[in-house]
Amino acid sequence: MTNLPLLSLVTFLPLLGALGILLFARGGDEDKAAVKLAQRVAMGTSLLALALSIAILCVFDASNAGFQLMERHVWIPSFNVTYIKGVDGISVWFVFISALLTPICILSAIGGVKTRIKEFMIALLILETMMIGMFTSLDFVLFYVFFEGVLIPMFLIIGIWGGEKRTYAAYKFFLYTFLGSVLMLVAIFAMIIHTGTTDMTAMMGGKFPREMALLLWLAFFASFAVKTPMWPFHTWLPYAHVEAPTAGSVILAGVLLKMGGYGFIRVSLQVLPEASAYFAPLVMILSLVAIIYASLVALAQTDMKKLIAYSSVAHMGFVTLGIFSMTKQGLDGAMLIMLSHGFVSSALFLGVGVVYDRLHSRDIARYGGMATNMPHYAFLFMIFTLGSIGLPGTSGFVGEFLSLQGAYLAGSGYAFVAGIGVILGAAYMLWLYRRLFYGPLDKVDVRAMPDVNRREIVMFAPLVLLVFWMGIYPAHFSNVFSASVDKVLADYQVQTGKGTP
Amino acid sequence: MMMDSALMAVKPEIALVIFGMVLLIYGAFRGDGSARVTLGLAFVALAVAAIFLLCPPYGGGLGSAPVVHVFDRMLVQDGFARFVKLILLIASGLSLVMSWSYLREEKLARPEYPVLVLFATLGMMLMVSANDFLALYVGLELQSLALYVLAAFRRDDTKSSEAGLKYFVLGALSSGLILYGISLIYGYAGTTQFAALAPLLGGTPPLGVLFGLVFICAAMAFKVAAVPFHMWAPDVYEGAPTPITAFFAAAPKVAALALFTRILMQPMAGLTPQWQQIIVFTAVASMLVGSFGGLMQGNFKRLMAYSSIANAGYALIGLAIGKEAGIQALLIYLSIYYLNTLGAFGVLLCLRRNGKAVEQISDLSGIAKSNPLFAVAMVIFMFSLAGVPPLAGFLGKYFIFLAAVQAQMVWIAIIGVLSSVIAAFYYLRIIKVMYFDKPIGSLDPLADRGLHAVVGLAAILMLVMIVWPTPIIDSALIAARSLIGG
Repeated sequence: MTNLPLLSLVTFLPLLGALGILLFARGGDEDKAAVKLAQRVAMGTSLLALALSIAILCVFDASNAGFQLMERHVWIPSFNVTYIKGVDGISVWFVFISALLTPICILSAIGGVKTRIKEFMIALLILETMMIGMFTSLDFVLFYVFFEGVLIPMFLIIGIWGGEKRTYAAYKFFLYTFLGSVLMLVAIFAMIIHTGTTDMTAMMGGKFPREMALLLWLAFFASFAVKTPMWPFHTWLPYAHVEAPTAGSVILAGVLLKMGGYGFIRVSLQVLPEASAYFAPLVMILSLVAIIYASLVALAQTDMKKLIAYSSVAHMGFVTLGIFSMTKQGLDGAMLIMLSHGFVSSALFLGVGVVYDRLHSRDIARYGGMATNMPHYAFLFMIFTLGSIGLPGTSGFVGEFLSLQGAYLAGSGYAFVAGIGVILGAAYMLWLYRRLFYGPLDKVDVRAMPDVNRREIVMFAPLVLLVFWMGIYPAHFSNVFSASVDKVLADYQVQTGKGTP
Repeated sequence: MMMDSALMAVKPEIALVIFGMVLLIYGAFRGDGSARVTLGLAFVALAVAAIFLLCPPYGGGLGSAPVVHVFDRMLVQDGFARFVKLILLIASGLSLVMSWSYLREEKLARPEYPVLVLFATLGMMLMVSANDFLALYVGLELQSLALYVLAAFRRDDTKSSEAGLKYFVLGALSSGLILYGISLIYGYAGTTQFAALAPLLGGTPPLGVLFGLVFICAAMAFKVAAVPFHMWAPDVYEGAPTPITAFFAAAPKVAALALFTRILMQPMAGLTPQWQQIIVFTAVASMLVGSFGGLMQGNFKRLMAYSSIANAGYALIGLAIGKEAGIQALLIYLSIYYLNTLGAFGVLLCLRRNGKAVEQISDLSGIAKSNPLFAVAMVIFMFSLAGVPPLAGFLGKYFIFLAAVQAQMVWIAIIGVLSSVIAAFYYLRIIKVMYFDKPIGSLDPLADRGLHAVVGLAAILMLVMIVWPTPIIDSALIAARSLIGG
């Protein structure tokens, strides 16, 4: 079983599916057979990838903190570039989330996307390859290729299937992230030349002189901060979310934002520990600003997607706060928030998609009183609202609690300010819920909307399960990454000679 | 015996000369009706030259063959020349294949066209083989004169005539500059031979030599369309018929950059500190002007002209670095770039509306709906030009910037990557117009198998090159070594 190149399989399987659609599903939207075939192939390959990612979780040895399922092949021998793949307890979860959300997105797109369906499926599958490839790459060049490769399908998804201002949103998304990543590319060059290898694992553990490490850290920060996104580099996110089709928003919130957080852990903490220690207060303060500012902005939104987008910025603030508190609790919390946010905010965007498909409006004021005519939908939305707030028993609670605890260990002031953010989070989410589901059901078209159908319930079901599973017994999740997080932290403390246990 | 092996080394050039002259006479006697046959035979000529280039006795692979001097050291056949010549032959051959349907539709199918392309290619091959300033000048002029005529090929069109005239006047000026530069250097060194010049030029050169160097650099910057001598490019690109623009953007660009490289790396190697600052300035200015200048263009060919200016800038970074790594990166860059632009122009050539060629970017509006395959190919070329992985254009930029950082030129690498972000804006605009905008009327694409094959081949190569780029990288290294070692 372990002799199979599982990681390469799960990475390139979706690409194979995309190729299959390209070759065999000839014909446009009017050709029903081709569309059906494209949808079936997309669903099939993404489910197979999900099965593979679950298999990877099963064969993964949680007690081993190092990288597992390693694959190594010569790629560009004269420049020492190697195709290296491997996962540790941290990345294995992101592989799972990517593989989980793609079939859900395809399911939502089967109802939601009406034009160029075949192309949409191809774009989603290529996106999946890029995402999983990025989380499993342990070679800097390979990492960069996948990290940037994500931009191409996402740019097209926003631009082709997006809303009215999709062009602006797609440009902003592309150019912002491209700008951030090219600086990272220069930093990668400097690191490659300094160490003579492109192997990420060989660079870990403070191999760079201090002056250089600080500059490198800033270059990587430019890329990850835009991706996460951190305040004040977040301005592309609301536009991208608002204009993207539902499936695009789900992937964006569920996986793409995690690429920043993952990068912070993998590169900033593991490769440049000293510089991370130096810049930690800066990141913590930016995170606090993000939490408070994004929450306040979310309160003022009239557009559902924008509100959830700003809530993502706030949640990512908790993630970076946790990571750069450099404590076990903080890092565990950050990981759990990323996972939980992957389930919850994806579900919230799917939830918005449900009513958007029916009424084609994202304006909160257009709705109201839906608890009466759409009780199942209201119930599902309530679960995810509470998950987003972080109610005990849902997935959001554990991570937020641990992240706050980590922040407290780093300085009680941090925890105090972040705590205000938790309250604001409850405020904007509950208020959103009140405006959507309670109040008089006085709009005729809202009254006429049917409740969620079976396809939509299937779409939400795995996410509901995961939200409660993680809320009630988080150890099933944290056990997998615990050893790896401990190792990250232990290495960090050895390198910098400080940090609290 | 000695003579024989020397002549063997220029077999590709001799093949082109013979074919060119025969075709010229054939075309002159048979009139315009022979255009198709001439074009086919010209393609055969290029193929024969490529076979001579690659096969023993003197070929036998790109790198392993020995360095041969020909005609009393006027020409040299080394690994560098062979590598670049192969690119030139492929680029010219593909340009010929791409142009047929367009020329026929536009009533431009005359036998002069393939003959001129052959002579231009011959000139370029002499340029990259030049081992003496005089041979260099002969090659350069042969190439340039053929190109002037090609630019004005649509005689009854004012824009095309303007392009030809503009190119000719400015080109003649730059030829004058290079001659003046050569004579200044000859005045100080007493020789025009590269190998003899190399030991003489070095240390703190006299002012006259410096002037000569500056004149030569200016003329070469003109030929590669690098800032501040780039002004002709947008007008010529716009005015010339599209297949000829495609040819301009690929082969002559590669040849001029290769010649520039040889001049600076061989006879002028001793003056590296002097020319390095010139090249650094030109490279940075070209990247910036090319990136900003393209932003507001409405004409696809003008946009590609600015793109080619920016790309000349990236390539010149490789030259500015000057070491083996830099030249290798330059060669990798060129061998990806020419295919990339040819592909982009190929898509443009395919698209016609109401019997007229499409040139405005807005004409591409919504072609993703009506002509999805062309749109996909164009997306690949545009993202590749923007340097987004996993497309091949990324590889080219990767090695250039890696070499720059390695040579302690981090700030140039930073300017380079930032300008590539700016340039991404206009490449994205093409994609936006094709995919995000509403279709306007239908297009009737050219049904030309050869053209489609070139576009398809280029697109597939751009996609898969990243999987196994080693052949290009290794042969570029051999070529770079042979230039610096020789």
